[in-house]
Parts: sequence; structure tokens; C-alpha cells
Amino acid sequence: MKELSLHILDIAMNSVKAGASLIEITLTEAGGVLTVTVRDDGAGMTPEFLATVTDPFTTTRTTRKVGLGIPLLKLAAEQTGGTFAIESAPGAGTTVTTAFHTGHMDNPPLGDIAGSVMSLIQGSPDIDVVYTHSAPAGEASLDTRVLREALGGIPLESPDVLLWIQQTIEEEERSFQP
Amino acid sequence: MKSIEDLKKIREETLKNINLRKEDNDHAVRVVVGMATCGIAAGARPVLAACLEEVRVRNLADVAVTQTGCIGVCRLEPIVEVFTPGQEKVTYVKMTPEKARRVIAEHVVNRQVVSEYTIGAAE
Repeated sequence: MKELSLHILDIAMNSVKAGASLIEITLTEAGGVLTVTVRDDGAGMTPEFLATVTDPFTTTRTTRKVGLGIPLLKLAAEQTGGTFAIESAPGAGTTVTTAFHTGHMDNPPLGDIAGSVMSLIQGSPDIDVVYTHSAPAGEASLDTRVLREALGGIPLESPDVLLWIQQTIEEEERSFQP
Repeated sequence: MKSIEDLKKIREETLKNINLRKEDNDHAVRVVVGMATCGIAAGARPVLAACLEEVRVRNLADVAVTQTGCIGVCRLEPIVEVFTPGQEKVTYVKMTPEKARRVIAEHVVNRQVVSEYTIGAAE
């Protein structure tokens, strides 16, 4: 995957599958390190499954025996000299935390994060998503719970709402990205 | 600058149009984009975005764009399936945003299958 935002979308899909009602995507930039956290309140994993989850031959799928999302993200982070960690317990949700050294030549660009957040909301409009990207120069954020309140029953997946979500994040990201 | 106030305007506009939309639901066409790891890595996100944009711009109120997991032929991703009531499902493979726009225009709107992009043509 060429963009970090694609990894983020892919990992958040695991939270959807885990039956989460809230997914928090948090990006924090400080001192040349970008920390990406995807936290959910889904089903969580047993210690046994958790221990094997970075293995490409571990998956919940039954159609075949490979699952590449987590291993690919781990590799992407470690290639920059960064780190990967995953915490989970049954009933307590899952938190995936990765750190990227942004100055490293193998650091993937963030890419279209607005597109990733919009796609996540479009595919799972019943799940709440909180996106926060904070950097020394500014912050971008979106909370579907606030959106829902303003929309009063109009679904998040309405075309005009999705466009608003995409454009709002793009605008906020541009306000502090070099 | 975008604001929450925009959403309230969207709400009012949507409520005005909502009654017009309900009646057509029986004729709904479903456009399904594969969004598992394989699809995302192959470029499904911009394909999904193109489908959504076409549906919005053309105001296709009776067309639903949805996502699914791995369809099973990862090497042919991005994959888009079009479900039309009373007709067999059509599977489009190796999609791009440009191809997706053509599928919306020719298949979803004009009901002409774009044969050259189908899985049958690829295999």
C-alpha cells in the first residue's frame, strides 16, 4: 500500500468487523515521529489470537488462510525504524498503535486521509468515527456524533453529507500541512 | 471554510427531496465495491469515491453504493459488482475511477453492460 491512509482504512475495517460502535483514529505528530492509533470498542481478541495476529497466516476469514492487513502495517512502520503495538482483550476492544519516523526515506505519505475517513463512514454509517490529526502547526478533527446531532436524522451516508465530510477534512488538513 | 451550519442546510435540502425518493426504492440498483485489504491495496478507495461522485452528481436517488469484503479473486481487484433487480449480477474487474464512471453512465443509468470490463472478458 502506497499511502498510510490506506493502511488506516484497512485497519479500521477490522474494527467494523469486530462489531465496534465507536472507532477512534488519532494521528499525532511530534519530534519527527507520527503516531497513529486506531482504537475500537469492538469484540476484542483472546490472548491466543492476539499472539498470532501479526502472522500473515492468521485470519478470521474462512475462505482462505492469509490475512495481510496487520502484517503490512507493521512492516510499513518498522521499515521507517518505527514501532507497532496491538492491545486487545475480549469485550474490551482493540487498540493498534504504530509510530513512523517521518524523516525516513521509506516513510509512506499520509495520502488521502479525508478519502479514507469518508469511505469508512460511508461503508458503516451506523458506527461513530472520531478522527483527530494533531501536528505542531495545527489540527484537523471530525466527530460523527456531532454531525449526527446537526443532521437530526438525515443519514451520514447521504451524498451531500459525505462530500461535506471529505471537503471539511481536506480543508483542515491543508490548513497546516506544508 | 466549512462548518456545522452547512450540515443544517444539507438537512433542510434533503428533507425537501425525501418524499420524491421513497417511491423509487423498488427499482433500486446496487453498486458494491470490494473493500478488503486486497481491494484497498489495489485501488478500491478512489474507485468507490468515483462511484459515489457519479451517483451524487447525476442525482441517482435510487442507486445504492455499498461496500463489501473480499470477493475472492484478489488478483482482479478492484472489483465492482452491479446488482439490478430481475437481472444476473455483473462483476467488473481491475477497475479504475475512469472505468467506474463509465459503468455508472452506461450500465447503471442506460442499462447497457460494459462487457469489456467484466470478469468474463478478463478471464
